Amino acid sequence: MHATPSSEIEVVELSLPPRPEVVAVVRLVVGALIDADPLFDEERGADVRLAVSEACTNAIQAQPAGEPIVVRCEVTAGRLVFSVRDQGRGFDPEALPRHPAVTDPARLDHENGLGIPLIRLLSDAVAFDTDEDGTTVTMAFEPRLPGGGPLLAALA
Amino acid sequence: MDLRLDVREAGDWTVVEVGGEIDVATAPRLREQLIALVNDRRHHLVVDLDQVDFIDSTGLGVLIGALKRVRTNDGELVLVCTERRILKVFEITGLLNVFAVHPSVDAATAG
Repeated sequence: MHATPSSEIEVVELSLPPRPEVVAVVRLVVGALIDADPLFDEERGADVRLAVSEACTNAIQAQPAGEPIVVRCEVTAGRLVFSVRDQGRGFDPEALPRHPAVTDPARLDHENGLGIPLIRLLSDAVAFDTDEDGTTVTMAFEPRLPGGGPLLAALA
Repeated sequence: MDLRLDVREAGDWTVVEVGGEIDVATAPRLREQLIALVNDRRHHLVVDLDQVDFIDSTGLGVLIGALKRVRTNDGELVLVCTERRILKVFEITGLLNVFAVHPSVDAATAG
């Protein structure tokens, strides 16, 4: 882990073997970063942990054996930006198959496919960048007011 | 992080008490447990999530798959959950429309 204290943007970067067990380690690190930021309450912290966890799960499943996935976090005042990079073949998030609505009985035929929707629902902004070297998912998170509204907009 | 599984009978129902974190590393154990119960002809399942600290899409997928299995056998799978942050994951994915969620095992097995 590399941290640069005393700068305006603090960066933490983790290089991890692509094994399912490391996702829990990432959640611990995310939790520690959240705990250090008083603007993020417990519920918003849980959102961040889940979204980053989902991105790591996808990266691990895409990653060729032996190569690390890289999780990077940029901490600025009131904003956390996480990126998760793998070296897999990548995918087009817009081309993912559309599942039936959850109220449709046919939805039970699909056990997978909730990870990307969760990332979209929980982050304030998300980008999927794929090139020949792999895929990077970048997610930005801002704190919430109690009750759900964006905190920073309320302070402005 | 660990996943804890405890299985017990409650009348006609089989209760699976889950504790800890359900993610890509631990969900396969939950899947195996639920499949084993269905194969053992236990088709009325209560999955108690009140001691679960974390669930991701992999865990949701396991529960969806188990629900389909028991319904194929004219059974049912219901959930017990009162933890707000776990309920939120079901809520935002729309799965509260798919699963019956009860506040306690007694409430889940009543009627």
